[in-house]
Amino acid sequence: MAPIAKKILESLNPLTSCKKWGVSLWQCPQFLFLLMGVIIIGVILATYSIAAYQVGDPKIVALVVLVIAFVLLILDFIITRSFERMAEASRMKTEFISVVSHQLRSPLTNLRYSLELLISGKLGKIQEKQLEYFKILEENTQRMGDLINDLLTVSRIETGRLPLKKEEISLGALTKKVILKFKPLADASSVRVELRAPKNLPKVLSDSLWLEQIVENLLDNAIRYIKNKGEVKIKIRRGAKKIYFEIQDNGVGIPKEEQKFIFQKFFRSENVLKYQTEGSGLGLYINKQILKLLGGEIGFSSETNKGSTFWFTMPIKS
Amino acid sequence: MKKILFVEDESALQKTFGDILKREGYEVVSAMDGELGLKLAKSKKPDLILLDLILPKMDGFGVLEKIKEDPETKEIPVIILTNIGRMEEISRALELGAKTYLVKANYTLQEVVEKVKKALEG
Repeated sequence: MAPIAKKILESLNPLTSCKKWGVSLWQCPQFLFLLMGVIIIGVILATYSIAAYQVGDPKIVALVVLVIAFVLLILDFIITRSFERMAEASRMKTEFISVVSHQLRSPLTNLRYSLELLISGKLGKIQEKQLEYFKILEENTQRMGDLINDLLTVSRIETGRLPLKKEEISLGALTKKVILKFKPLADASSVRVELRAPKNLPKVLSDSLWLEQIVENLLDNAIRYIKNKGEVKIKIRRGAKKIYFEIQDNGVGIPKEEQKFIFQKFFRSENVLKYQTEGSGLGLYINKQILKLLGGEIGFSSETNKGSTFWFTMPIKS
Repeated sequence: MKKILFVEDESALQKTFGDILKREGYEVVSAMDGELGLKLAKSKKPDLILLDLILPKMDGFGVLEKIKEDPETKEIPVIILTNIGRMEEISRALELGAKTYLVKANYTLQEVVEKVKKALEG
């Protein structure tokens, strides 16, 4: 019982949330609202007692009420300003991500092109051992590039500037293409990928590039989080107004206590960190946001050591 | 020998592209800012221009516009090579008369060289 009570108290305590936002007490809406509430109650009690027991003159009571109303007005103004400040802080954070990721692109391009030239052997022959290290550099440059792209996508989603198309797409054909692309990774990881989709599935209305990226991300996750040998089963079926896409793996699964965080930005399961370290923790967040924009939904069920099943829906072209 | 004008303010890119294009048998003329790029486009009469968009003194759009206005330089094919990948910029550059628009992050060095070769042939 004690930890729960502590949690409730913590969530009620405005100081905790003010600390989380990183603002002082007088700029923190939670605290200011609480203060306003306390003042209102105090004032009503005071006015009542003044009116009932102290003075019979209604003019004084009216004056007291007027003064108090004025104090509340000032508090109101401060609260509004504090909301503005918080919105501004959030906007600056998004802008910061956007600027930083744009600025990181140039040096990364230089690095990538220089490495490509070195590895190509056009500047002179490279020994095998040197090539190994160049390949490590190349792989990590690629990872940095992927992360920067993810960050740019996040900042575009958060500023509402992500361009999306609506086109007719065959989800079955798109999935087949993705499976083919991932065959080398699946083979290398000793994972069998199976697709079950009925023929004559109606087309969905979506953005092909992003839909492909979502399917890629889900398949990539499914393969990567299988420890040894395994199997990934993809099923596509039609509903009344939408198409269901389901991908099931027998991988490490997601622990129950972490499941509610899975679609959050930068969240990475402890379980997963144990087995492999790649990934930014942005993939599923981006998937969810983009599916929302495309009129779809995403969800999952998972059990530790048994595996996970992720699904999403896409509206049928009507 | 075909001549390529490379307008780019990043010295590292000047070096990598300069090296590989020279190895492919092209003469490379470099400009580190937009104004110099425009001047060299007029005086050196290159067969192709590789142009970045974010440049000091005059940006790539300004350079492109001036090149396409001038009857002496308007026939020179211009390839935009930049890190900006937004639709607005891409359509603006193509409307101004750029032949191809390449986003650096999406192309390897070799792929850019292939595009250059193709543009010089056609």
